[in-house]
Amino acid sequence: MMLAAENLTLMRDGKPVVASISAALTPGTITAIVGPNGAGKSSLLLGLAGLLDPAAGSVMLDGQALAAFPPRTRAQAIGYLPQTPDIAWDVAVENLVALGRLPWRDRGTAAVEAALGALALEPLRHRPVSQLSGGERARVLLARVLAGEPRWILADEPLAALDLAHQLSLIAHFKACARVGRGGGQGAGQGVVVVLHDLAIAMNHADRVLVLKDGRLIADGLPETALAADVIAQGWSVAARWLGDAGERALVAGKV
Amino acid sequence: MNRASLIFAVLLAVLVPLSLLAGRVWIDPFDIAGSGIANAALILAELRLPRAVLAIIIGAGLGAAGAAMQGYLRNPLADPGLFGIAPMAALGAVASFWLGALIPPAWAAWSLPLMALIGAGTGMALLALIAGRTSSDAAGGAGGGIALFTLAGLMIASLAGALTALAITLAPNPFALSEIVMWLNGALTDRSWREVMLAAPLVAAGIAVLALAARSLDALTLGEDAARSMGLNPARLLALLVVGVGLTVGAGVAVAGIIGFVGLVVPHLVRPLTDRLPSSLIGPSALAGACLVLAADSIVRVLPLVTELRLGIALSLIGAPFFGWLLLRMRRGRL
Repeated sequence: MMLAAENLTLMRDGKPVVASISAALTPGTITAIVGPNGAGKSSLLLGLAGLLDPAAGSVMLDGQALAAFPPRTRAQAIGYLPQTPDIAWDVAVENLVALGRLPWRDRGTAAVEAALGALALEPLRHRPVSQLSGGERARVLLARVLAGEPRWILADEPLAALDLAHQLSLIAHFKACARVGRGGGQGAGQGVVVVLHDLAIAMNHADRVLVLKDGRLIADGLPETALAADVIAQGWSVAARWLGDAGERALVAGKV
Repeated sequence: MNRASLIFAVLLAVLVPLSLLAGRVWIDPFDIAGSGIANAALILAELRLPRAVLAIIIGAGLGAAGAAMQGYLRNPLADPGLFGIAPMAALGAVASFWLGALIPPAWAAWSLPLMALIGAGTGMALLALIAGRTSSDAAGGAGGGIALFTLAGLMIASLAGALTALAITLAPNPFALSEIVMWLNGALTDRSWREVMLAAPLVAAGIAVLALAARSLDALTLGEDAARSMGLNPARLLALLVVGVGLTVGAGVAVAGIIGFVGLVVPHLVRPLTDRLPSSLIGPSALAGACLVLAADSIVRVLPLVTELRLGIALSLIGAPFFGWLLLRMRRGRL
């Protein structure tokens, strides 16, 4: 169950935003995509989700070009969580989560219940989304993705609007997805790819980090190496160093 | 059938008999033959029944189209008029006043509705053409597609409106002028089974097409990118919307002129009774639209005015203040 970018080049509005990136992603792990503003992180995620057609190269799912997949087959395999939690209608939590079944064209009651349970949303199931806090809303939107039982979860800055406690709780949910099989069942965990801004969270919680700058991959590997001080200097033009022990690192940064 | 459908189906079942009895002459339901009104049965069968059926057909089409448009544009202030199809149909109808002399007498009775349908079809073709261009931009990226498309619809609407105004100012004679202006303010006065036969299949087909789009509209609840990630095919959805709105609105304008605000107002009456997803709204909105147009048409019929109030004007008189109220509610964030 591999998802891989092969010499992937993506264009938006006629400009290249991702330039010949190759990376094979592993299911059952959390991959973080980081980089300065405008580095092409969100575009790369859209490309991996099959929502932005490659200008050159390809995205491969199980050895087949993702662009050749019928949209519904692709949607069953890859769940995508957009950055802006933009909900047009004030629907109840359980109805919103059930939208995750659209790729399957079934009610998928068991999967919806499992998703509500995994994110502790049962008490809120009848509440309209307009009456949720930011943290609750983020959990509901993730539950929508989980209800689709995708093999890959691609999330664009899911932590952006959350306070520290909610960030950690959402990270814990992503870890659970990677460790436990789909829908809380047995089998291989889901592949999780998240775009992150907070380098410390990437350092402490990701299994692998891709660092982007100007659409190019400048580092790829374990967090300790991909987020080494020299990479941060190259990517963000900031002198920084890590404090603390592995798993509890903190970043101290100053101007170059 | 969900709760909202049931409510509006019952309401419709109550309104239909009331509407048949109401009018300049009131018919006694228990004594149709001997009610002292000459030709009561004839009035029912040839005047009021087709008029009521037509009100139901047109209202259902406008209601369903409104629900679908609001779902597609993810905006509770959207109206089927935004696609510019109604103004295009009106332009076609106005053109028929001009081309009257060229049309063979055998076809004269059909020229107006047929020209209106040609206008609606031209509007749909223009939209499809523009959509082909904008979606090729959007295919490479996310967003922009729907907003661009809406602006294209507005452009078509303004162009059709300007050409209609031009046709009015250049009217060949004062009689034609007054006929055009009267016709543009939609009405169901003096409609017969002929109009029913024309509109019914088109509106039914249009509602069926919109129903096919229902689940895709649900997906759009979470935005265009999320919808595509759930397997939405934007080109298919757009095609369904253009055809569905084109058939329902185009057929309505062809037989009744422009009837505004139904598509805007009706989904708001229905939404609180449902789970608020677009797919739950299309069916009940069709029923509620039928109720609204039937009720409004019955009321304009019994108002003690020298000339019957035009249905299109009456609905706009109700609809415009309602729209203002919606805007106020929206400012308070309660929509």
